[in-house]
Amino acid sequence: MSRAVGALLRKELQLELRAPQIVPAMALFSVSTLVVFHFALQRGQVAGDLAAGVLWVTLLFAAMLGTSRLFVADHEEGGLDAFLLAPVDRTALLVAKVAALLAFLAAVELVAVPAFAILLLGPAPSAGELARLVAVLALADAGIAVTGTLVGALAVQTRARDLLVPLLALPLLIPVVIGAAKATTPLFAEAGAGSLPLRWVAILALYDLLFGLLAYALFDFLVED
Amino acid sequence: MRYGTRLTTLSLLTAATMTAALALAFFYAPMDADQGFMQKIFYVHVPLAIVALCGFVFGGVMAIQHLRTRDPRYDLRSYVAIHLSLVLGAGVLVTGAIWAKASWGHWWVWDEPTLVSFLIIFLLYATYQPLRFSIEDPERQARYASVFAITAGAFVPLNFVAVRLAQSYTHPRVFATADGGLPPRMQVAFLVSLAAFALLFVTLWRYEMTSKHASAQLRSLRRKLTADGDRGLPARGRSAAPSLPSP
Repeated sequence: MSRAVGALLRKELQLELRAPQIVPAMALFSVSTLVVFHFALQRGQVAGDLAAGVLWVTLLFAAMLGTSRLFVADHEEGGLDAFLLAPVDRTALLVAKVAALLAFLAAVELVAVPAFAILLLGPAPSAGELARLVAVLALADAGIAVTGTLVGALAVQTRARDLLVPLLALPLLIPVVIGAAKATTPLFAEAGAGSLPLRWVAILALYDLLFGLLAYALFDFLVED
Repeated sequence: MRYGTRLTTLSLLTAATMTAALALAFFYAPMDADQGFMQKIFYVHVPLAIVALCGFVFGGVMAIQHLRTRDPRYDLRSYVAIHLSLVLGAGVLVTGAIWAKASWGHWWVWDEPTLVSFLIIFLLYATYQPLRFSIEDPERQARYASVFAITAGAFVPLNFVAVRLAQSYTHPRVFATADGGLPPRMQVAFLVSLAAFALLFVTLWRYEMTSKHASAQLRSLRRKLTADGDRGLPARGRSAAPSLPSP
């Protein structure tokens, strides 16, 4: 199982390293979205709940791009058929895809979060706030990656693939947005950062757990033929 | 299972209960001291919402059965339940908006968690049919729709928890306590309306299932008549909605 996951994940990352497609697009998109926010909100700096909203809308919409491309190469080039021929558990594909999407999201956030801090964020975050932000990002990314993989696998076999992914994923990700936005708001507060509200971290963790189990139970049915 | 049996009795029972529910709501239940006549929409809005949510969850349960047994009948049951719940869900949003306008002065209020949760769930289920109908292979369509129905069914309670927590709710809950904040006569009227809308859902569900079964049987009879297969017949799958394979 772990060897299969390792091989699949290596394949995903190698593909992206050799012909970068998803990550650059997501990174560019997120920076453009920040610029759009600057003009649409008509302000040079944001703080507090507005800052949290801008950050999460940007990251979520960038994640939609990655999600809709996640299974496309496998579907078009016959990777899924080859995987089904291999005598390994299908859960390996789920784990590898979730890990790959997580890695893409992390890479994008390495660009998008500094860009957000430079371009739009009013109060400069301290090291402690940064650590807490990273913790919330990690929890939210896990949820986005799991739900994104499930939705990507659902949508890749349909004719309206790229249309369906955001339609399916955005309502499913609303609890993540609620938790992540509420948890990051005090970190961006004008008057010094508040503490990390544990209730929202718990909501994010609960979401990750529930959708992790759901994806584990249902993914096999999506890669049958 | 034969869906057509005793459908007339069921329809009559539904009509009678619905009439009784409306009569009770208008003439038996006391007028709300605060909201007056407008509060009567409560007897439509809340049962409709409860029945729609139960329909979504029932669709999820049927989808689990479908994935376990691979029997297309379960998929059809799941489809019809979700389809009907979506129609009822549109009714919930409209009645909810009317009620909100009448009692709070706005068509939409974001600090009413139940309303917001319902909107999110409605938006999610609104993609059920686009997802279904853009998959051509009927077997795969059924399988993917079931996966969606289970995911969305499990999402319903989680979403309610998250949205409820996100709002500092300013409006008191009607059923805040176990025995309800409702006076007994309102409670009677409410329970009868709930029964009426549940019966309405069951009746409509049975009607649609009967129709699907009848057209499957018709198709197989036609196929027997034209001995050489489907030639000269309207192509199967012209409608994107799922149907049973001919017996």
